[in-house]
Amino acid sequence: MRAKLDSALPYSLLLPTLAFVTLLIVVPIVQAFLLAFQGADGSFTLANFQKMANDTAFADALKFTFLLLIFIVPMQVVLALVMALLIHTRFKGHTFFLYIYAIPLAISDLAAGIAWLSIFTERGYLNSILFQLGFLERPFLFLSYQNLPAMFGTIVVAESWRATAIVMVILLAGLQVIPRDYFEAADVFGATTLKRTLFVVLPLLRPSLQNALIIRTIFAFQTFAVVFALAGRVIPVLAGESYNWYATNRNPGVAAAYAVLVLVFTVIATWFYFRVLKTSAAEAGYD
Amino acid sequence: MRSSVSRRYVFNRVLLYGAAILLALWTLAPLYLVALAAFSARQATFQWPKPLLPTDFSTDTMEFFANTRGVMGSVGNSVVVALLTIVASLLLGAPGGYALARFRFRGKEAISMGLLISKMFPTAIRAISLAVAFIQMDLYDTIWGVALVHTAMALPFVIIVTAGIFVGVPRDLEEAAQTLGCNRLQAFLRVVMPLALPGLAAAAIFTFVISWNEVFAATILTLRNRTLPAQVLSSLNDSPLYYRYAGGFFMIVPALIFIFLIRRYLLNLWGSISR
Repeated sequence: MRAKLDSALPYSLLLPTLAFVTLLIVVPIVQAFLLAFQGADGSFTLANFQKMANDTAFADALKFTFLLLIFIVPMQVVLALVMALLIHTRFKGHTFFLYIYAIPLAISDLAAGIAWLSIFTERGYLNSILFQLGFLERPFLFLSYQNLPAMFGTIVVAESWRATAIVMVILLAGLQVIPRDYFEAADVFGATTLKRTLFVVLPLLRPSLQNALIIRTIFAFQTFAVVFALAGRVIPVLAGESYNWYATNRNPGVAAAYAVLVLVFTVIATWFYFRVLKTSAAEAGYD
Repeated sequence: MRSSVSRRYVFNRVLLYGAAILLALWTLAPLYLVALAAFSARQATFQWPKPLLPTDFSTDTMEFFANTRGVMGSVGNSVVVALLTIVASLLLGAPGGYALARFRFRGKEAISMGLLISKMFPTAIRAISLAVAFIQMDLYDTIWGVALVHTAMALPFVIIVTAGIFVGVPRDLEEAAQTLGCNRLQAFLRVVMPLALPGLAAAAIFTFVISWNEVFAATILTLRNRTLPAQVLSSLNDSPLYYRYAGGFFMIVPALIFIFLIRRYLLNLWGSISR
């Protein structure tokens, strides 16, 4: 009797969650595909995707989403790696600095975009500082449609600032499970800090780096509020277009088509990272 | 020899602290400046050049923001949605986390994997079809609908985090309680729960942050009953700069408080995202 109860217990404990996840994640995703691929009469159609591809903002949204990914993700990883390695030396006061570096964890992309807006706007703080130091005579227009590279740069800065904290925490958690012996052994053999980092720490950190890369890439495809806050619709992105087609154009079909596209990129990116990083990790003999 | 070693030591320390302080300034500067902008008078938005010290401290901008139609209502909605999300995701998720922590059963790997994958689906693909479904179910533009979606988002995290917490509670204690006459439920409530409580509280705060910050689904799923981020986002294009600064500051403050409260659990909570 007891054994029978036990074998059923874990399933009944998990049942509510599984039901909930099915109802609110699995079903909506199936429905999103139906929305995207179904015509008004219920037949299969690519009309929504044609409408999406013919939209003037589509090519730009695709381009800027990938450009943001290419600029933001490496910047986050480098900054986060420096932070994590610094904290991991456990210098006096390192916990204080850890809390500070971790603050953006709890800040939304919308709020981060607004915080950097106060810096980059025409009469904002960056222009004020540059003016007072004598570098500028009048404000530089960071956020003008006539200067897209600068506008793009502000988004890269704001989003890197925010999400570096997430990468840092993942890398720091990864650093902490590397046995101290490895560090000490490297020291005994006279490795410099740089060599130790490159040849001992980074290879051992590969699983955490892989996770961080997957997570940040997935979320980079969903970037939108920080872009809205700094660039409005001057710089379109895929998730932002999905939002616009739903909220402004009242067209759930095209909005769902954009969402399906984001999902496809997410799956491809995840597969790519697993494939590339897993094989090279196995080749190097760390798995 | 000795002095060159100590000179190198001092040099390394200066480099270390220099880098640490520089990165801290990079992290803190935007927070300080948006706070400065939020606590200046409204006209100060157009001041040139802007002072970098709070010389003209004023609550004018914040008062304007708080008194703008819909803002305080949206703050209330955000809090209620976040609390509903905490209660629902802990009630649903903690038993699941306990099951994953304590039992070996067929399908366990598949379930863990499924939860991991479910975290990866973009918000957009869930939110848009749910909005369509919610209109038919009279859940559209209600805090209940938003709380449901936020719970679905938080659940996979809550299960994984709570599983980690329950693994940390020694099984021996639970078994001892059972030999001393507790049934399984009593042992859980009297022995496991008190030990797991601090971790569960941290998980609750983590859930609060997820819900408080979520903007895409909240904006898609509401029209009048906005949460704070939805309110700020939907009025972004036609609101003055000072309104946005105040809104940004308003969203940031609770986040700061909560990160301070759960600072001990930072690595466990956000580190678990990656597992």
